[in-house]
Amino acid sequence: MISANLAAIFYLVSGILFILALRGLSSPDTSRQGNYLGIAGMIIAIVVTFLSIGNFSTSLVYVIIFLVIGGAVGAFIAFKIPMTAMPELVAGFHSLVGLAAVFVAIAAFLNPAAFNLGNVGDIKLASLIEMSIGAAVGAITFSGSIIAFLKLRGIMSGAPITFSGQHILNLLLGLFIFILIFYLCKTQSTNVFWTVIVISFLIGILLIIPIGGADMPVVISMLNSYSGWAAAGIGFTLENTALIITGALVGSSGAILSYIMCKAMNRSFVSVILGGFGADISADDKKEKKDQKPVKSGNAEDAAFLMKNASSVIIVPGYGMAVAQAQHALREMVDKLKKNDIKVTYAIHPVAGRMPGHMNVLLAEANVPYDEVFELEDINNDFANSDVAFVIGANDVTNPVAKTDPKSPIFGMPVLDVEKCKSVLFVKRSLSPGYAGIDNELFYKDNTLMLFADAKKMTEDIVKNLD
Amino acid sequence: MEIDPFIFRLSIFILSIFIGYYVVWSVTPSLHTPLMSVTNAISSVIIVGAIIAALAGSSESIFNTSSIFGFIAIVLAAINIFGGFLVTQRMLQMYKKKKDKKK
Repeated sequence: MISANLAAIFYLVSGILFILALRGLSSPDTSRQGNYLGIAGMIIAIVVTFLSIGNFSTSLVYVIIFLVIGGAVGAFIAFKIPMTAMPELVAGFHSLVGLAAVFVAIAAFLNPAAFNLGNVGDIKLASLIEMSIGAAVGAITFSGSIIAFLKLRGIMSGAPITFSGQHILNLLLGLFIFILIFYLCKTQSTNVFWTVIVISFLIGILLIIPIGGADMPVVISMLNSYSGWAAAGIGFTLENTALIITGALVGSSGAILSYIMCKAMNRSFVSVILGGFGADISADDKKEKKDQKPVKSGNAEDAAFLMKNASSVIIVPGYGMAVAQAQHALREMVDKLKKNDIKVTYAIHPVAGRMPGHMNVLLAEANVPYDEVFELEDINNDFANSDVAFVIGANDVTNPVAKTDPKSPIFGMPVLDVEKCKSVLFVKRSLSPGYAGIDNELFYKDNTLMLFADAKKMTEDIVKNLD
Repeated sequence: MEIDPFIFRLSIFILSIFIGYYVVWSVTPSLHTPLMSVTNAISSVIIVGAIIAALAGSSESIFNTSSIFGFIAIVLAAINIFGGFLVTQRMLQMYKKKKDKKK
C-alpha cells in the first residue's frame, strides 16, 4: 500500500519515461534504448496501480490472468506480423486503445465510487463531462480504425464511399453529441450515456468511409492522434498524471504526423477529411489520352543493361513495392549493382506507402542500411546528376505535372524530380493512372523506359540479367 | 482562494502537448512508423483505469457489470502494450548502419 501522493509521483516518473521513449526516436542509434525506457515507464505505472489499490484478493489473480492472456495475444501478433502489414496492424491497435477507453469510461460511469467520482446518479459534473468526452473520442477512434483496418487489409474497397448530405449528417451528429452530453450532465441518465457512445461509433464509421486508400497515411496519423486525446480524457477522469501526459504526447504526435502527411500531398487537412478524392474521374478521359501518346517499353534485359552501364542509380520505392513484397529482391539487385561499383541510393517521398515511414521500415527489413535512404528534400537535387532512376511501385509522387500544370489536382505537391535523371526505369503493371486518377507525364518522356510487370518478378528478372 | 486541482491537471496536460510538439518534430522521418507503434503502446497506459475498475468488485462478486468492462479493457490494453512495444522493438532492430554489416 502506498499513499496517493507517492503514487502520483511514480505516475509522473512513468510519464517522463514515455517522453524519453519518444525522444529516443530522434535517431535510430538511440531508439532501442528509448523503447526500453517506454517499457520501464509502463511497468512502473502498472505496479504502482496495484500497490495503490492494495487489494490483493482473488480479484488480483484474475487481473493478472487477463493481463497475461492479452499480453500473449499481443506478443504473438508482434512476432508473426509481416512488415508489409504494418499499416493494418497500427490501425488495429488504435481501435483497441479506443475501445479500451470506451470500456474504462463505462466502468467508471457504472461504478463511480471505485474511482472517487461520487455515486451512481450523482457523479461529479467535471468527471461526467471528462468521461463522456473520453468515451466519445474513444468510440470514434475505435470504429474509425476498424474501417481503416478493413480498407488497408483489402477486405473493404479502398475507394471512397460518398453520398449526398454526408458532411451535413456528420456535422449534425457531432452537434447532437454535444447536446446529449449536456443533457447527460443534467439527468445522469444511463440511457443517454449509451446513446452518446453509439452515436460516436456511427460518426467514426461515417468519418472514414469517404476517405480513399492513398490518403490512409493521414487517416492513420489522425486516428493515432484521436487515441491520444481519448486517453487524455480518461486521464482527467481518473486524475492520473501518467495518462494525461501520455494522452497529450500521443495526441500531439498524431497531429504533427497528419500535418506532415498533408503537407507532403499539398492538401489541406480539411480536404482530406472531407474525402472523395480521386473518385470522380471519368474513364473515357483516361482512355483517350492513352491512345494518343507513344510509350517506350522494355524488358528486364534492357533494364539490366542500362543499370550496368550507369555510375549512379537512385531507387524510388512506393506502395507497389509493398504490395508485391519486392523489397528483398530489390536489395539483391542493389547488391549486384554495388559489386560493379555503381553508387546506389534510395529516395523516399513522405507519403510513399500507406503510413508515415512505411517504405523505411520495409527497406530496413530487407537489410538496407538506413544511411543509404534519403528523404525528398535531401536527395531531390541529386537526380540531375544521376544516370538511372529506378521507380518501383511509386507513381503520383514522381509526376512532373505537379510542377507544371496548375490545373492538375496534384499541382503544388512536392514531387521527386525523377525526370531529371538521364534515364528513368519505371516498373509498373500497366499504364493505368495512380491514385490521384491523373496520367503521369513521365510515362511518355523520351528518356523513360516502362517495364510492365509485377514489381517483384521484374526485379528478380533484372537480377538474373545482371550476371 | 484555493485553486481547483483540475487547473493543475490542465496545466500538466497543456505543457505536455508542448513537450510532445517539440519532441515529435525531432523524430527522424525514417522512424515515423515505429513512432506510431510506440505511441500506440504508451497510450495503453489506460490499463491503469481498467485495473482500478476490475479490482473494484467485492470478494463475493468479483465480476459485476462494472468490473467486467474493466477486465475486458485489461485484455485489450494488454494486447496493445505487449504488441506495441514488441513490434516496435522488432522494427528498431532492423535499422542498421552501413558499417555495422562490414564488421
